[in-house]
Amino acid sequence: MKLKDFPEEELFLQGSAACQGCPGSAAIRVAFKALGRNTVLSVIASCTSVFQSPFPVSALELPTLNMAFATGGATASGLSAAADRLVARGVLEEKPTILVWAGDGGTYDIGIQALSGAAERNADFIYVCYNNEAYSNTGTQRSGATPYAAWTTNTTKGKEEWRKDVAQIMVAHGIPYVATASLAYPTDMFRKFARAKEIKGTRYIEIQAPCPPGWKFPSSHTIKVARLAVQSGMWMLYEHEDGKTTYTAGTQRIIQGQSKLVPVEEYLRAQGRFGHLFSPERDEKRIGEIQRRIDHVFETLQFTHKMKEHIMDIEMAPPR
Amino acid sequence: MRLVETGNHVAAWGVRLARVEVVSAYPITPQTQVIEEISRFIDEGEMQCEYIPVESEHSAMAALIASAAMGVRSFSATSAHGLAYMHELLHWAAGIRLPMVMVNVNRALGPGWNIWCDHQDTLAARDTGWIQIHCASHQEILDTVIQAYRISEDPKVNLPVMVCYDAIFLSHNYMQVEIPSQEDVDRFLPPFRSLWRLDLHHPLTHGSVIYPDDYEEVRYSMFRGMENAREVVKAAAREYRETVGGYHGELVDAYGIEDAEHALVAMGSMASEARVAVEALREAGHRFGLVRVRSYRPFPVEECRRLLAGLQKVLVLDRSISFGMEGPLYSEVKASLYGHGDAVIYDLVTGLGGRDVTYEFIAENAVAALEGRLDAGSVWPSVRLNRHHLVSKSGVERLGSKGGAR
Repeated sequence: MKLKDFPEEELFLQGSAACQGCPGSAAIRVAFKALGRNTVLSVIASCTSVFQSPFPVSALELPTLNMAFATGGATASGLSAAADRLVARGVLEEKPTILVWAGDGGTYDIGIQALSGAAERNADFIYVCYNNEAYSNTGTQRSGATPYAAWTTNTTKGKEEWRKDVAQIMVAHGIPYVATASLAYPTDMFRKFARAKEIKGTRYIEIQAPCPPGWKFPSSHTIKVARLAVQSGMWMLYEHEDGKTTYTAGTQRIIQGQSKLVPVEEYLRAQGRFGHLFSPERDEKRIGEIQRRIDHVFETLQFTHKMKEHIMDIEMAPPR
Repeated sequence: MRLVETGNHVAAWGVRLARVEVVSAYPITPQTQVIEEISRFIDEGEMQCEYIPVESEHSAMAALIASAAMGVRSFSATSAHGLAYMHELLHWAAGIRLPMVMVNVNRALGPGWNIWCDHQDTLAARDTGWIQIHCASHQEILDTVIQAYRISEDPKVNLPVMVCYDAIFLSHNYMQVEIPSQEDVDRFLPPFRSLWRLDLHHPLTHGSVIYPDDYEEVRYSMFRGMENAREVVKAAAREYRETVGGYHGELVDAYGIEDAEHALVAMGSMASEARVAVEALREAGHRFGLVRVRSYRPFPVEECRRLLAGLQKVLVLDRSISFGMEGPLYSEVKASLYGHGDAVIYDLVTGLGGRDVTYEFIAENAVAALEGRLDAGSVWPSVRLNRHHLVSKSGVERLGSKGGAR
């Protein structure tokens, strides 16, 4: 699929209250195009609570229930159960897609219990975490998704801990579908939403969302930063279905050796939130720690890929 | 059909007869039997209902709100810590102006795990915008759960209703109840209706950012809905009596008040004991009556004035305490009577954490009030020191002796 093949209908309307270069609004536009009108949306407290526009107007052309911070998984469970009853009674012909749209604060931190509970019950919904790696809506405080060494307003010398990985936590729940996505790879993102729509049960899609004011880069660089994140290995694109992880788009190309990892320094330098790693003096220790982690992950993946190809070669060789 | 059942199982019968379609709940003693029984009804095909076994009460209330927003009749049940845990969403549920019903089994809050009767949990949720109806018998639990949907779904109200009843005394003890026929309940309770819902054909956005220019009107509309609920609660009680049978009073349930000179005021199971106390006091020549507050929100202000303002002494029984003030029911009764009549109003804070309150105890304190031996303000006449209180003895003693430790 190409960009020009995306449906023309806009379900995220013009005139939203989003910041310039907002990754959340760009992501929601693609998601809505992929999911279509037969979707019920719940927005969990996040920047999206604001950028959908204040009462009495709305940029969201889907029936939308704004809900409290910790409720994503539970809200979806209620919407889905009620929709099942409406289908059973013939009020609805077809069950709508239940979509939860939450940020990383609402997913990694305050909302992980409700999400985990709903996933364990395999409630029938798509959960989206648009991950801008901080509490951007409240002015950029650290979250469980904030990467190591990143500046936030309450990690002024850089976060001391490594981020957790909720996508992998969702994989560990054994739900039918988990995917990660990037704004720089919209067709990959669209395809993942379209695939998720076809599946029943809990589906989790996490989109990295580079936030210009929070990460401190020009608002015209959102896509560029998103692409560098994938190219440098700081953000990995994959989908997990039937117990199998498949790497996609830019991440797949690196693993398969079609493109090389960009040094993480390029990604870090593109953002003011890592500025203290380069000025007043270069912080070799922390830059090196970040690079080594990425290298370790990709060396393992590349090795596994080569081994698999090798085994496939053996299997596919004609019998002697 | 006549059953001898626990209050919890009776509540489940009310949910079943109300044709509830989504139940979301989390186990907590002493409520758990409500959802166990509902779960059994569903498994045995007696209810066409989705049951969501959520992982917390916060999630129970979120799922309840969401299913109501989809336009489906929904129910939850909780108690004490569960109610406290969902407090944020109690506000959300009322603010969203959607009908829903929840049972709260009145129970004490920790620390010190106590699964027994206490009104602290419920009264701490007083200002969330939920209608609160307190029951005093098993039959009233059943009838009130059904009435609660009628009240909540009334277009003039559109606020959630909490049906409250006392831990153990009502939740776990067995009493006889008359289960009405489904046909009668269907005649009383029309299919689910709500002001708005999430509609795929008419998408709307609910609950986005709202500025000071509009917020106050939202709160005012809730205030109006709660005021309207006064008449709706009364009408529901009357029409239920006509259509289904069974009547437990309206905003209040008065007993022996017509010729009374003095009155007791109480809620829940303690009011049943107070009724026996009224008999005992009358036998001793003291003309007492009883006002049982059934609807705590909306509070029966007019009823209190009409029934209590002309009396001489009013003794309120509080099963909770507003720290730094007094018993909450006492405050409400006094506020209702302010500027109306000369009744002297007393308050017993007693029965906390399930401590037994006997009719003899109530009568004894009522006589003390008549004889001028009871201090004004909230007193704690059942507080006493045991040997095992020795560790905290000095602390308790520092509470002072005014109507307190003896």
